[in-house]
Amino acid sequence: MNRKIAALAVLWALLASAPWWLPVVGGYTQLGSRVLIYALATMSLNLLLGFTGGLSFGHAAYFGLGGYGAGMTLKYLAPSTPLALLVGTLVGGAAATLLGPSVMRRRGIYFAMITIAIGQLFYFVAVRWNEVTGGEDGLAGFARQPLHLGGWTLPLDDTAFYYLVLVCFAAGVAIIGLLLRSPLGRTWVAIRENQRRAQFLGLPVARYVWASFAISGTLTAFAGGLNALLNNFTSPQDLHWILSGNFVIMVVLGGMRSFWGPLAGVIIFLVAQDYLSSLTENWMTFIGIIFILVVLLFPRGLLGMLRARTRPQ
Amino acid sequence: MQLLLFNVFNGLVIGMFYALMALGLSMILGLNQTINMAHGGFLIVGAYLAFTLDPYLGFWGALVAGPLCAAVLGLVVERLLIKPLYKRNEPLYTLLVTFGLALVIQDVARRIWGPQGLPFSIPDVLNSPISEALFFITGYRALIVAIALIAAIALFLVLQYTRLGVRIRAGTRDLETVATLGVNIYVLRALNFALGCLFAGLAGVLAAGQLGLIPTMGESVIMPSFVAIIVGGVGSLVGSILGGLIIGVAAGVMTTYYPAASEAVIYLIMAVVLVVRPRGLLGQEGLFE
Repeated sequence: MNRKIAALAVLWALLASAPWWLPVVGGYTQLGSRVLIYALATMSLNLLLGFTGGLSFGHAAYFGLGGYGAGMTLKYLAPSTPLALLVGTLVGGAAATLLGPSVMRRRGIYFAMITIAIGQLFYFVAVRWNEVTGGEDGLAGFARQPLHLGGWTLPLDDTAFYYLVLVCFAAGVAIIGLLLRSPLGRTWVAIRENQRRAQFLGLPVARYVWASFAISGTLTAFAGGLNALLNNFTSPQDLHWILSGNFVIMVVLGGMRSFWGPLAGVIIFLVAQDYLSSLTENWMTFIGIIFILVVLLFPRGLLGMLRARTRPQ
Repeated sequence: MQLLLFNVFNGLVIGMFYALMALGLSMILGLNQTINMAHGGFLIVGAYLAFTLDPYLGFWGALVAGPLCAAVLGLVVERLLIKPLYKRNEPLYTLLVTFGLALVIQDVARRIWGPQGLPFSIPDVLNSPISEALFFITGYRALIVAIALIAAIALFLVLQYTRLGVRIRAGTRDLETVATLGVNIYVLRALNFALGCLFAGLAGVLAAGQLGLIPTMGESVIMPSFVAIIVGGVGSLVGSILGGLIIGVAAGVMTTYYPAASEAVIYLIMAVVLVVRPRGLLGQEGLFE
């Protein structure tokens, strides 16, 4: 127990001091922000994927909707960063909540196929609705605005924005952690482990899966909103099924059954992507090979393997 | 009116590609319990290898050789990447492996043949329209429809009347029992996977003649093929064909009236089907749920 608390303290200390040590090891602050944003998205996905057993392969849809929601709010509605985040989260969350019923009774293959296909709907809307979304070129022409806290005005440069992301990440992680410790979270795990038994116990399984889908989608949209603010840009690629696949592999890479697994997966994946794409034009081949090797050789993920080693069964 | 006819026929041809893809995907989904995200990759392999072999074998030779190459690659992929994952009995892993494979194939194709589109020449006979009034029905388009239909019918005959076909159908329903009866299910699953890839390769060659070659051609066909399966009903091969044709024609009709929505419409059809009839038009209850 004490070791766990110590590890968590180290983790948060590292995250809080990232703008200082990142440049020393060859990183940059924006990469740190991106890691936290993707970690929030994948930990939200893992709520559904790893803890409820819902094989969602379309989470980029909610990520992208959050991004477009935030970007369009800044561009067309009002120059307010908190409002943009709120709208983005609500748009993506509403979509996940409305679409949940189409998959909540499905499992496995069917669940995956429907979530993949639904995700593409938003992609094509974003590509084709040129006048509003900027089409294939993406949505540009907005910028995150300084935060007004009481009488204070906080301009969001890269470092300040990193801390905003860190606060949002901490809030999201707290929500996910509390949910998983609550009776609701226990029920999700029960459904993952044995859906039929959960059904026989009289649990309304479909409704629980729906709740997981909706909450997971909403938090992913929140991350997507932050992502749009980070880049001051969002594009249909943020909605594409390739990003959905990347999210899933990040989760598996870090460890599906572990709470912090996705964070580890995101760090490895984003650093590898950043490095490979600066090294070679054919980085997609390497990413594909990473996919294949991870699944064949490390299906339990990094943290899953560490845990198996420290706690032999 | 003629514009509508033109687009309906166009949609029918595109729908044939979707149907061929969906057929292969459906078979692999059934017996291999795999969502083959690399199916578009096998389409690319079939198309580009046909293009490369065309100067040596001629069009008709390439039309046969391309799909066969895709099938052989399918055999290799199944043995190396899919087979080790069967015992995990969890669709997530095969989904991710084939997803990675799709990225690799697309990138390698871009590396070898370049990112730009390439023309795939077809015999001149096939380029001329069949009649003056119906100028849009070229010989090649008619050929696409004919070959796709023949391939589908041949598949159904194989599944219905040959020993292999009976085993594939039985294995889709209850693999354990089939194994108990002494059938080597690893060979069966490998052959089934290759058969599915054969159809992807065939769709690739036919599409290459109609639309030309581009490394992203697989990526753009695979999603509608998923939709075709969901609309037609998971587990029903006839449903997959029907689903492919429906969304192809729907996209074609939409092109006439509101081109911007020609892609979105197929997802809306899927949404409607999922609400009205969740298991798809011809889907069986209880399969994959």
